[in-house]
Amino acid sequence: MSKINTLEDLNKAGKRGLATLIPSGTKIMVGMATSGIASGAQDVYHALDREIRERRLDIILSRTGSMGMDCMEPLVDVLEPGKPRLAYGKITAKKAPTLLEQIAKGTIETIKPFYRMDEEESIILGKSKRYGDGSVPAYLKEIPTIKEIPFYAKQVKIATRNCGLIDPESIDEYIAKGGYSGLYKAITGMKPEAIIKEVIASGLRGRGGGGFPAGIKWKTCREAKGDVKYVICNGDEGDPGAYMDRSVMEGDPHSVIEGMIIGAFAIGSHDGYIYVRNEYPLAVANLGKAIEKAREYGLLGKNIFNSGFDFDIRISKGAGAFVCGESTALMASLEGAAGEPRAKYIHTVEHGLWNRPSNLNNVETWANVPAILTRGGKWFAGIGAQNSTGTKVFSVVGKINNIGLVEVPMGTPLKDIVYDIGGGVPHGRKFKAVQTGGPSGGCIPEKLIDLRVDFDELWKAGSMMGSGGMIVMDDRTCMVDIARYFIEFLESESCGKCIPCREGVRRMRDILEDICAGKGQAGDVELLETMSQAIIDGSLCALGGSAPNPVLSTIRYFRDEYDAHIKEGRCPAGVCKALIKYSVDSETCTGCGMCVKVCPTGAARGEKKQPHVIDEATCTRCGACLESCKFDAINVK
Amino acid sequence: MAKCIIDGKKITAPDGTPILQAARDNGIDIPTLCSHESIEPSGACRLCVVEIKKGKRSKIVTSCLYQVEDGLEVDTKSERVMNVRRLVLALLLARNPASEVIREIAVKMGVNPQPRFKLDEDKGKCILCRLCVRTCADIVGVNAIGLSHRGPSKTVGPPFDEDSSACIGCGACAYVCPTGHILMEEKVDERKIWGRRFKMKACDTCGRYFAPLDQLEFISKKTGVSVADLSICTSCR
Ligand SMILES: Cc1cc2nc3c(=O)[nH]c(=O)nc-3n(C[C@H](O)[C@H](O)[C@H](O)COP(=O)(O)O)c2cc1C
Ligand code: SF4
Ligand code: FES
Repeated sequence: MSKINTLEDLNKAGKRGLATLIPSGTKIMVGMATSGIASGAQDVYHALDREIRERRLDIILSRTGSMGMDCMEPLVDVLEPGKPRLAYGKITAKKAPTLLEQIAKGTIETIKPFYRMDEEESIILGKSKRYGDGSVPAYLKEIPTIKEIPFYAKQVKIATRNCGLIDPESIDEYIAKGGYSGLYKAITGMKPEAIIKEVIASGLRGRGGGGFPAGIKWKTCREAKGDVKYVICNGDEGDPGAYMDRSVMEGDPHSVIEGMIIGAFAIGSHDGYIYVRNEYPLAVANLGKAIEKAREYGLLGKNIFNSGFDFDIRISKGAGAFVCGESTALMASLEGAAGEPRAKYIHTVEHGLWNRPSNLNNVETWANVPAILTRGGKWFAGIGAQNSTGTKVFSVVGKINNIGLVEVPMGTPLKDIVYDIGGGVPHGRKFKAVQTGGPSGGCIPEKLIDLRVDFDELWKAGSMMGSGGMIVMDDRTCMVDIARYFIEFLESESCGKCIPCREGVRRMRDILEDICAGKGQAGDVELLETMSQAIIDGSLCALGGSAPNPVLSTIRYFRDEYDAHIKEGRCPAGVCKALIKYSVDSETCTGCGMCVKVCPTGAARGEKKQPHVIDEATCTRCGACLESCKFDAINVK
Repeated sequence: MAKCIIDGKKITAPDGTPILQAARDNGIDIPTLCSHESIEPSGACRLCVVEIKKGKRSKIVTSCLYQVEDGLEVDTKSERVMNVRRLVLALLLARNPASEVIREIAVKMGVNPQPRFKLDEDKGKCILCRLCVRTCADIVGVNAIGLSHRGPSKTVGPPFDEDSSACIGCGACAYVCPTGHILMEEKVDERKIWGRRFKMKACDTCGRYFAPLDQLEFISKKTGVSVADLSICTSCR
């Protein structure tokens, strides 16, 4: 491969990329991010590959990242010349031959696509390219376009712009989508100060949790004394249930790399690190390959775009400790020391990695940068909310129909995310709350469903943005039990350096366990509140500093549930085993025998067609009968 | 020089002075457990917290680490500060019920044990202040002990809790430990620390056993002075 030194070189690579992105023949893309692989995409890919070869079909098979709709994985996209791109959900290896036959016949009879895309959009270039001549064959008119699917309709993809659309291993396809043109513009036509100004104007705030303005951080780091400076990408992503950064690193690694090169040039750094947890093997692999490719093209290394600017990136693998996502612990870990935070009275932008000025940003923060450079800070600032510009990627999981990754403008009402995009709560149950901000975030109750999701609104509601995890809960969720669960996670992830966090959080867990076990005492809630304040004030780092949030927010919005546990020995949601009893409502029970079948201890009994009973002594309150009863005849009280 | 106000008192201190020292130099007492004048502060115990005010914003910081600034207003005994200290002590009373030192500080500050905290039985008197670890590493220069595990199961000791071959038996860790957790047993010609026994060397002049042989060898290696020349105790030198 020859190096890319000029705009012409870049355009040439883009042309090559376009030729594989929208080829002249038929192309099938399999979503092979971790979310796809977990649902069997690997088998689907191999089955398609085998069939294509055996039948000697003239079809290009390629891999791509995730479009975010995890509940429809494995996702297979088909792009035939002159036709819209079709997305097929829940494809299995068994369905592979049928799908190929259907393509050969030019029908959608047996397997229906669930949406179509009429054009290839590029947010970086600010334009779309229609597939073929843009006409939609009559038989495809019934298929909704991607914009008509509720899951995608309200999404605006900037950070995840290429995920699920390009082959993450193809730098040319990335370039075809406008990739590295932001870098070209920055390095060849802008002064570092002007780049920083643009990023400040964009209003971009850190997506890793704190929401600190990225441009200001860059500026401080640029102005810090020292010849050697570092730029670092935080890909630790330790929140349980969160995987937006993974998706970007897997599906569009160059967006992170390009962002980092631009940042490095603006700050005056020549060494970059990407810190990724080892539990993300595909992210590590794809980043590694992307770095290699960028080096081959001369986009990393010496004299980038003939500008005299040198920069390279190394990947460092972490062992998967939540606390290692904290900036000072991450830097300690990069240095090879134990991942323990230190007090930040001395700022890492001045004294960070190896005591040198270091600029740390989150994966999603970096991925936004190329778009800001090509489209301008003003454009970015025009998206989203006043003090929270741009978009945010959320992983929406839990009791929600459409589990997946969504990217929406900041300020999108919570209601839109839960109901329109998420498709609401399954099995007709009632939405109760959503936990945002990861384990140390807070629970937003149903009554705040109209809340506009941005940094400040979440903070006011007693929660936070965190890295963008959203766990949806229904009315069968006990809020005390939820607080206990998160506190237990934080207890085990505390680094153990300082006393309030190490000792305090486990004592809070003890008390919460007692409450869930029916051993709560009068004054426990007040004690939890006092302890929370002391732990927030007294902890060394933000892990301890935010650990009490799940407790405080559940007390704030669901105090009655705490009281029911402590004063009445009752778990209103029917979760805490020590406080509930399972019984059969003899009126509604049809005696179908389902509960007898699923009960692991034989506690559910009864004659066929006669109302059944549950023996309290042998019942372990596992909930199997509750899940299986079609007639809602199981009572939990 | 920085001019600031601590507990209403106008104070001037050289730039870079931690609030803790500036306060103590001016007769204001702040309790500490993990700070020591010859060791870099680490901010682990959080007992030394104070509330600072800069303009309208106030926050809690550790006085052993935070340095004086011009115009800083410091309150060493505000309600928020005392809430943190009370919790730290109540937590330590439950973690280290055997520690007299903790009990004394608690009594002095009027902190009672919190009945909702069950007493630990396995932590001894160790509060994980890490003074021992840093003394061994930074002052003795040996690195025989360290911290292992994470979170509540964090412990201090030689690697893998095995006899440390690096340890020279100098006892500096036991000396610096604020709670007396580290046991150092001495029999005439033998010393036991961290589970390992050390042969003691007798003074060539008075015959008193005064230092472990391993320690003298360590010093000898570092300084180039022969062990023979080091074999006279400080009182006879
Ligand atoms: C306990 C803890 C865990 C964190 N984990 C992460 C993480 O996994 N990823 C991340 O980007 N930031 C994480 N952060 C935030 C980082 O400390 C830091 O603020 C962030 O990486 C800065 O990048 P940004 O300004 O682009 O958000 C964590 C913070 C704390 C206190
Ligand atoms: S707050 Fe928790 S994680 Fe942070 S330094 Fe203290 S013990 Fe470690
Ligand atoms: S003395 Fe400051 S934290 Fe322990």
